[in-house]
Amino acid sequence: STFFGSFFSFHSAVLFTLVAVFSLLDGSAGEIPPKPAGGVTIVPPVQPDGGPQAYPEAGKSNLPVFTMDYLRIQIPFEITLWVLLASFAKIGFNVYHKITVWVPETCLLISIGLIVGGIMHSVHEEPPAVLSSNVFFLYMLPPIVLDSGYFLPTRPFFENVLWFAVVGTLWNSIGIGMSLFAICQIEAFGLQDLNLQENLLFATIISAVDPVAVLSVFEDVSVNEQLYIVVFGECLFNDAVTVVLYNMFSFVADMPVVEPVDVFLGVARFFVVGLGGMGFGILFGFVAAFTTRFTSKVREIEPLFIFMYSYLAYLVAELFAISSIMAIVTCALTMKYYVEENVSQRSCTTIRHVVKMLGSMSETLIFFFLGVVTITTDHEWNWAYILFTLLFAFVWRGLGVLVLTQIINPFRTIPFNMKDQFGLAYGGLRGAISFALAFTLPDTIGRKPLFVTATIVIILFTVFVQGISIRPLIEFINVRRTNRNLDTINVEIHCRLMEHTIAGIEDLCGQWSHFYWKDKFMKFNNRILRRILIRDSRAESSIVALYKKLELQNAMEILDTVSGDISAAPSIVSLNEEKKTSAKPKRKFLAADLRNMHNILSKNMYKIRQRTVAFTGKHSLPNDTHSREILIRRHASIRRSLRPGSFQTSAHSCRPILDSNFLPPEQLSHLDAQETMSEVAFPSRRSRFGKPTRSSSKAMMPLRRLDTLKEAPSVDALDKDRPEDGRTRPGMSRINSSYSDSRVPASRRHFSSSSENDNGSADNFRNVHHETEEEEQPQLSSPPPGWAAEPSDSSTQNPLLRRPQWNPKKM
Amino acid sequence: MGSRASTLLREEEIEEIKKETGFSHSQITRLYSRFTSLDKGENGTLSREDFQRIPELAINPLGDRIINAFFPEGEDQVNFRGFMRTLAHFRPIEDNEKNKNATTSEPLNSRTNKLLFAFRLYDLDRDDKISRDELLQVLRMMVGVNISDEQLGSIADRTIQEADTNGDNSISFNEFIKVLEKVDVEQKMSIRFLH
Repeated sequence: STFFGSFFSFHSAVLFTLVAVFSLLDGSAGEIPPKPAGGVTIVPPVQPDGGPQAYPEAGKSNLPVFTMDYLRIQIPFEITLWVLLASFAKIGFNVYHKITVWVPETCLLISIGLIVGGIMHSVHEEPPAVLSSNVFFLYMLPPIVLDSGYFLPTRPFFENVLWFAVVGTLWNSIGIGMSLFAICQIEAFGLQDLNLQENLLFATIISAVDPVAVLSVFEDVSVNEQLYIVVFGECLFNDAVTVVLYNMFSFVADMPVVEPVDVFLGVARFFVVGLGGMGFGILFGFVAAFTTRFTSKVREIEPLFIFMYSYLAYLVAELFAISSIMAIVTCALTMKYYVEENVSQRSCTTIRHVVKMLGSMSETLIFFFLGVVTITTDHEWNWAYILFTLLFAFVWRGLGVLVLTQIINPFRTIPFNMKDQFGLAYGGLRGAISFALAFTLPDTIGRKPLFVTATIVIILFTVFVQGISIRPLIEFINVRRTNRNLDTINVEIHCRLMEHTIAGIEDLCGQWSHFYWKDKFMKFNNRILRRILIRDSRAESSIVALYKKLELQNAMEILDTVSGDISAAPSIVSLNEEKKTSAKPKRKFLAADLRNMHNILSKNMYKIRQRTVAFTGKHSLPNDTHSREILIRRHASIRRSLRPGSFQTSAHSCRPILDSNFLPPEQLSHLDAQETMSEVAFPSRRSRFGKPTRSSSKAMMPLRRLDTLKEAPSVDALDKDRPEDGRTRPGMSRINSSYSDSRVPASRRHFSSSSENDNGSADNFRNVHHETEEEEQPQLSSPPPGWAAEPSDSSTQNPLLRRPQWNPKKM
Repeated sequence: MGSRASTLLREEEIEEIKKETGFSHSQITRLYSRFTSLDKGENGTLSREDFQRIPELAINPLGDRIINAFFPEGEDQVNFRGFMRTLAHFRPIEDNEKNKNATTSEPLNSRTNKLLFAFRLYDLDRDDKISRDELLQVLRMMVGVNISDEQLGSIADRTIQEADTNGDNSISFNEFIKVLEKVDVEQKMSIRFLH
């Protein structure tokens, strides 16, 4: 922690310098004459005290060798300094990981903001007047919303997030608004000038929940994964809902009298605004997708289209005063699916990173400002209003969660229990959006300072108090549950098994409620939309899409982490040993061991339905490692568990595999990947990535070398680890190799005839498979170490991409 | 869904399936349309690849075992009857069924049959015993990479120790039933099939 100390002091030094420089240069109020800090020279013709200068006496107009013109760069310079300051703060927190575990990042950001605000206040500086309504709505909000929309998980979104987000927010706003209005009626508090509309408006602002901190807590402590998704989706979506409501209510707040027809119009307007926004979004999304169809020659600017189109959608929606947030979110959702197929892998990565970066930066800045503004503005404090606000916010959220879960639970695979509901309710921290909305309230509202103060208080309270305390509370509840838990290890394991089974069967039945419509839409999609919008619109099976999504061409990294695990898989060899040693004395298990086991299990067992893209938090990119682990392990175990059998029957269907493996990509267009087996799907995907125009990431280049012999060494390594396996070294001549498997000579020849290039891994693995049929034992122990022992010629090592020949029929 | 599905599925077949599995008419037709949409080869049967094409199953840790459960011993194709028979295990137990006496043959979705389904997910070699190894295999599938073999091994040992009453170091089906007697299996292993 001395390192930490010194690092932090370094940081504070940097911060101080920056702030000092800042306060000097920001000449808005300027009561104190700026003192030159080290090295900064002042505009000529004042004779500077020190530092570089090369000035002759004033009077002679010689060529100025050194000039300084601050005013010219003032605005961009200050903006950059602010952003840099906030980013330094972020680096600082993440240095010492323990802090971010216990204290949510937003707390830290706000604290830094408070400190800076304090400094500025003490030197009588005003915060830069950047947070005006226009700046916020036109520049700072779009990146945040784009970030949310781009990474929105669509399926859980449609399942139940919509409920919590929309209905929940509505419930909260109206409930809080009404109760506050009731309070205002009480004379003693002196709040009678606040009418219903203003209260509703305020309530809307503070009901925008931003459960970011909760997500990181939920991740570590075992929480129902469905809950996680609901919370995350809610967080994403209710920003949108809040702003829509805000716009609506602020419009209404201006009106002196509200008649019933206005309420009706208001509701109608809500729908127009919402649906109109969505319509615009979809329109722009399609146009963007269509444009990217033609960008194969201009790869460098591909990401630009994404950003420009979504921003355009936002601005056009603002033009028509319909919900720009819905527009940009729908645009991002629509665009994402098609665009990610059209653009190169690199552009795809770039887009994701930039979207995350912009969103993150925007949000950071807003929290930072929150801290600064807290100190530097004039507050209006009214004890009653503020305390009641806190109370009602809490109460209504709790009630809302309770009621909504009661309604939703019957429809859920695994219903939310009380602990989940507590997490949902308590985890409702308010965030950046609330602050920004409050700060940019129109000045026509009389008690604006009161609202701003109340909003700031509630944000600070929820972020600091709830944010820091939620983790211990959840652990406490968990611990209590475990202690009271008389469940045996058996029950825990078997129950999880059952949950996975149920999830699997549900997915198998296409159980989510609108399967029929989804199916129809996918057909429409494949037949029409994809033809228009995607460059190579082969109908794609969803399993291929899955692999693409997981970006499994980067499986090498995963192998490094997973290889330890793979080697741990039990083999039949050990089974034999097991039987011999069945007379082992029974182990004694202490209570501590048991608790340990429960802990291990609850933290490490996979949660139900690890989605194709699992989310770890709003501030980081999506994390697929669990899904990848599962897939890799699956491949390994499939290879191990092959049984002798129907190779002949698959012969005819294997042909397309080989064809597609080794044909140049252009010729694949005639292959309708969807109709044939999944094996076909893999090669078609691979070869698509093998196209020169696609990414040049290392893992993919060598794919094309599958035709050549380079693959052989890698599989040789595999075979090397199987000493008993005196078989064919899968070498070039494996087709002609002395393959003693007499069962399938016909098929093998069939292969050789279908492709003279058949020396790639396709056949390697056919060999491997047949070898395993004969002797399961030695083979079983090897693939795992085989993977770990592979030569580090990383590019060819992608086992998944060498995979297609895993013949599932052999299972 | 719609006319195409029901013309391919004859009424008497629907009746038979209804009797065997207890699903309702509309549930059967709905599941039939799902069956046909999975059946890419359009030959009236599903193979393992058809199941593996479902992405959610691919990333389900027990995906392969679940798929395996659909295929009877040694076969590689499953027809609609078999499909429904397996799915019938997951039908919720309705109240009127609970009162059936022991003389009628046990419905597919009885508690015992549900437990048998789960048991068979472990017991690959169908010897009616979950050996330590089979247990370890499934455990490994369900658990992340951060668990070492020793930890997993001791968890497996403990599991067997808790359940094993006859000392053969493996879990038989009856021991399995006993260990889960307090668990609401009927609810845990049931799906609300949509109409």
